[in-house]
Amino acid sequence: MTRGLPALAALMALLGAVPARAAEIYVTNERDNTVSVIDTGTYAVTRTFPVGRRPRGVVFSKDGTRLFVCASDSDSVQVIDPDSGKLLADLPSGEDPEQFALAPDGRTLFIANENNATTTVVDVDSKHVKAQIDVGIEPEGMAVSPDGRIAVTTSETTNMVHWIDVATLTAIDATQVDQRPRHAEFSKDGKTLWVSSEIGGTVAVIDVATRKVEKTISFEIKGVASDRIQPVGISLTDDGRLAFVALGPSDRVAVVDARTFEVKSYILVGRRVWHIAITPEQDRLVTTNGVSGDVTVIDVPSLKAIKTVKVGRFPWGAAIRPAPARGEAAAGK
Amino acid sequence: MRTATEAWGRGRRLARWSVGFLAAGLLATPAALAADPVGVAYLERRIERPNPLNNEDPVPADEGLKGAELGLRDSNATGRFVGLSLTLASRVVEPGGDIRAALAELLAGKDRPRFVVVNAPAADLLALADAPEAKDLVLLNAGATDTALRDVECRKRVLHVIPSRAMLTDALVQLLVFKRWTRILLVSGPDKADGLYADSLKRSARKFGARVVAETKFDARGADLRDSALREFALATRGPEHDVVAVADEAGEFGTNLVYNTESPRPVVGTQGLSPAAWGRAVEAWAAAQLQQRFRKLAGRTMGPVDWAGWMAVHAVGEAAVKLKSADPAAIAKLMLDPAFEVGGFKGRALSFRAWNGQLRQPLYLLWPGAVVGTAPVEGFLHRATELDTLGLDRPESACKAFGG
Repeated sequence: MTRGLPALAALMALLGAVPARAAEIYVTNERDNTVSVIDTGTYAVTRTFPVGRRPRGVVFSKDGTRLFVCASDSDSVQVIDPDSGKLLADLPSGEDPEQFALAPDGRTLFIANENNATTTVVDVDSKHVKAQIDVGIEPEGMAVSPDGRIAVTTSETTNMVHWIDVATLTAIDATQVDQRPRHAEFSKDGKTLWVSSEIGGTVAVIDVATRKVEKTISFEIKGVASDRIQPVGISLTDDGRLAFVALGPSDRVAVVDARTFEVKSYILVGRRVWHIAITPEQDRLVTTNGVSGDVTVIDVPSLKAIKTVKVGRFPWGAAIRPAPARGEAAAGK
Repeated sequence: MRTATEAWGRGRRLARWSVGFLAAGLLATPAALAADPVGVAYLERRIERPNPLNNEDPVPADEGLKGAELGLRDSNATGRFVGLSLTLASRVVEPGGDIRAALAELLAGKDRPRFVVVNAPAADLLALADAPEAKDLVLLNAGATDTALRDVECRKRVLHVIPSRAMLTDALVQLLVFKRWTRILLVSGPDKADGLYADSLKRSARKFGARVVAETKFDARGADLRDSALREFALATRGPEHDVVAVADEAGEFGTNLVYNTESPRPVVGTQGLSPAAWGRAVEAWAAAQLQQRFRKLAGRTMGPVDWAGWMAVHAVGEAAVKLKSADPAAIAKLMLDPAFEVGGFKGRALSFRAWNGQLRQPLYLLWPGAVVGTAPVEGFLHRATELDTLGLDRPESACKAFGG
């Protein structure tokens, strides 16, 4: 009996910790023009709110108080209050914004304009366009290095990674990768850049210092035709140990050892997996599955899919924000 | 000066707020890298077509050429990052004109082209391929669907970007088998091309386990279909139990009018109705929408299969050059003919040329004018190498020897 008490206390502490720990996942539904909000305490959809047309890329401001959504067919980047779902502002974004990345300064947004082969740089506070930079055809992936000095965009038809010097806002170099590069992700230490090539079926790991491809990772899944293996979204764990790669119509996420670049396993998820996001606690990974219209929740320690959450039609992007502490949330309402 | 915010309104295009730019950084190409342009040519034979029956838009006079022009633009947008450029010269020959003389003119021009996109009937393509002046050229077939060009009549250094009739009818029959609409009543027109299409359809039916239950000929000439369709087509499509009426009418002399005019309530498939094609207005997936938009901006109309083939042909040359970072035509040609060469084409898969006959392997669409009904290879049709090789002549089926197979 007495031995049971500390255990019970520990359990209660754990239970008590769950709501405080819970984060929120914001998923853009490309076909429904909505965003679904999933609570990570319950992994249920708690809210759905309307946004602009064909929402794709999605990202939070550093403090989690503003949600940026690429409304591709509305030709704008929308700034949304995540609590109410209300539109705060439309940012000038250039034509057909698809993906974007927020610089570590928290205010410089780099936007890939798929239809007119440019990258638009916007100051989100003043809403001024700082530059438009010519890049290759159909720029899509966008990333800013952790030190904020380099931005990259991938051009899907030109098949290159374009390196942009953030200080001068000019394109300074281009690195060729495999067919149809879609997503770029810097490692947390900023030393490597991971780029997925959808049609090439590979992920290039690029040394940021030399801008040369250091390793090209390929994938092989028994019983799946190689041309159905189409890498899109990439997520890297904070500790630099693992990389997750969404493999499109093969309906799988690859688990890659981020140090040896060896593919460790494949996790079956929903149909046509686009993008992935990791919770701040690094314990769960979520995937957006475009064709099945759901989100798969993966347990990171065991690398197993544990739940499927139905969202809107054609879910595409996902962004996670840590839930505010209770006092803050109350103050905000 | 107005601020960007004031000028910006939802849905407005960039040009409306080109304000406050600090820098428009263009990547400067290092001069040392700049090579001579890669010369590409486009050569077309115009063909006589029947007058439209139903006030359809005529086949555009620049079909194919506009695709090649977009391919040139796209390739140069990419090439500038590695100091490469392509040029495009074009000639269009009237029916009865001398196509070999036009080729000679192109070869005498600036940047002597070594890659020639040919949009012409099979006989022209063969005459060009066999001409002595063409012996170091790569011809890219963007117009002739004749399966024989991928079979006994194949030629070394002729690559086929447009799908063959065998690929088209295989795609169609795959969909029919998937839907279990396997009993086909076939109606074919009087032209030689119609006969080839009908034969191809029969071969595809045998290949995938469908059945042509009856076959009739229909000649629209002499009758005014606008008056007689209701009765004539009912007669022509009377036959044993069938699931679909397949039509072989490549020139479009009656097929469109057959739709909804069959004796039994059956869908029309083939050259009209539900049709297999390399490309069409309704194709949208795999970023096709972006290519369609770029094309519409350039040509002011929708992109057809021959436009796509023209685009694809130039794009393939450009991709090979960029991969090599070289403008050397011999090296580019060698890479394009290498079985390991892969190129994107907005069809969701890497495309490549078949090593045994030079045909570009590619997904095909099953279209009616309103929508994409399906994409072939259709789910469930398997192949040991790639499902794409379930469409058209596979290695053991092709009699082509020119590629060393």
